Amino acid sequence: MMKVRNVVCCFLFLFCLVASTVFAAQDNYTFADEQSRKQFLTLTETLRCPKCQNQNIADSDAMIAHDMRRKVYQLVQEGKSNQYVIDYMKSRYGDFVYYQPPLTPLTVLLWVVPVFFVVFGSVSFIVLQLRRKTPANSKQTSEHDEALEKANTLLKED
Amino acid sequence: MKKIGIFGIPIVVFFGLSIFLFKGLFSDPRQLDSLTVDRPIPSFQLPDLFDVEKIYSPEVFEDQVTLLNVWGVWCVTCAVELPYLTKLADEEGLRVVGLYYDQDLDPDFGTKKVEDVQAEATTMLARFGNPYAFQIFDVRRELSLDLGVTGAPEHFLIDKNGIVRWHHVGDINERVWRQLLKPQLTLLRDE
Repeated sequence: MMKVRNVVCCFLFLFCLVASTVFAAQDNYTFADEQSRKQFLTLTETLRCPKCQNQNIADSDAMIAHDMRRKVYQLVQEGKSNQYVIDYMKSRYGDFVYYQPPLTPLTVLLWVVPVFFVVFGSVSFIVLQLRRKTPANSKQTSEHDEALEKANTLLKED
Repeated sequence: MKKIGIFGIPIVVFFGLSIFLFKGLFSDPRQLDSLTVDRPIPSFQLPDLFDVEKIYSPEVFEDQVTLLNVWGVWCVTCAVELPYLTKLADEEGLRVVGLYYDQDLDPDFGTKKVEDVQAEATTMLARFGNPYAFQIFDVRRELSLDLGVTGAPEHFLIDKNGIVRWHHVGDINERVWRQLLKPQLTLLRDE
C-alpha cells in the first residue's frame, strides 16, 4: 500500500515539474530594460488576434497570436516605435488587427451616432417637459373635472 | 401629425434595426479583407520542404500562373481538399505550389526535426494525393505572416508577374472552382 502511494507521489511530483516547464515555455521573452518590456506588453494588449476575433494577442493561445507576439518582440528588440509595430501589423492583417478603428467616412458613424442619440434624446425630453406645462395640461384637468361631475350626477341619480 | 411622429419614429427605427441585424445574419466576421491582393508576393528566401538545400525566392512565381496553397498535416480541411487539388492539377494543368508550415515547430526552441516534418507530410500526401509542383517550407512562418495568413488552408492565386490576384480562405472544392477560381484562372492565363 505504501509503495503505491510513493509511486503516485512520484508521478505527481514529475507532473508538477513538467507542467511548470511547459508553462514557462509559453513565452520566454527577456528584455534588456523595463521600458521595452512595457512597450511589448502594451502592444500585445492593443493588437487583436485575427483568428480568435475577440481576444488580443497577449491573451490568445492561437498559433497566429504566438507568431505575432514573436514578431512584436523582434520589432521591439530592434527598437521600433509603437506606431511602427502597429502599422506593420495593419499592413498585413488590416485595420481589424488594431483595437482603435481609424477615422474613415464609414467609421465616422461610430462617433456621430451616439452623440446624435444623446442630443436627440435630450432635446425631445426637454420639448416634452415644456409641453406638459402649457395649456394642454389645463385642458386635461377640465376634462377630468367634467368626468368627475358626470360621475357624481350618476351617483345622485341612484 | 403628432401621432405620425409618435408611431412613425419607432417604426422607422425598428425597420432600420431589423434590416441592419438581418444583414448581420449573413455576414461572416471571420471574412477579413485581404491586403495582399494586387500586391507582389513578399520577398522570401525559403527552403524546399523535401530538399532543404534548395532555396526558393519570389522568382519561382514568374511566367506561370500559380496557386499557392498554405497547408499543414495538422489541418483537417487541407486533407479534405488534397484529392480535389490533385484532380485540378492533373486535369486542368493548374500549377499548385505548397506553402507548408508546421504547427508544433516552435522556431525559438527548435522542438521538431525536419525529418519528422517531412515524414508526416509524405505520409499524408501518399494517402490523399499530391497536387504540388514543389513545396516551400515556411520554417519560421514568416512568409505566412507577411501574407496575412490566419490559418490553413488558404490560397493565393499569383499571376505571371508574381502579383497576388486572388485570395481565398478555406478549402477549394467543386463550387469554389466553378464560381471563383476557374474564371480567375482563365482571366490570368489570357493576360
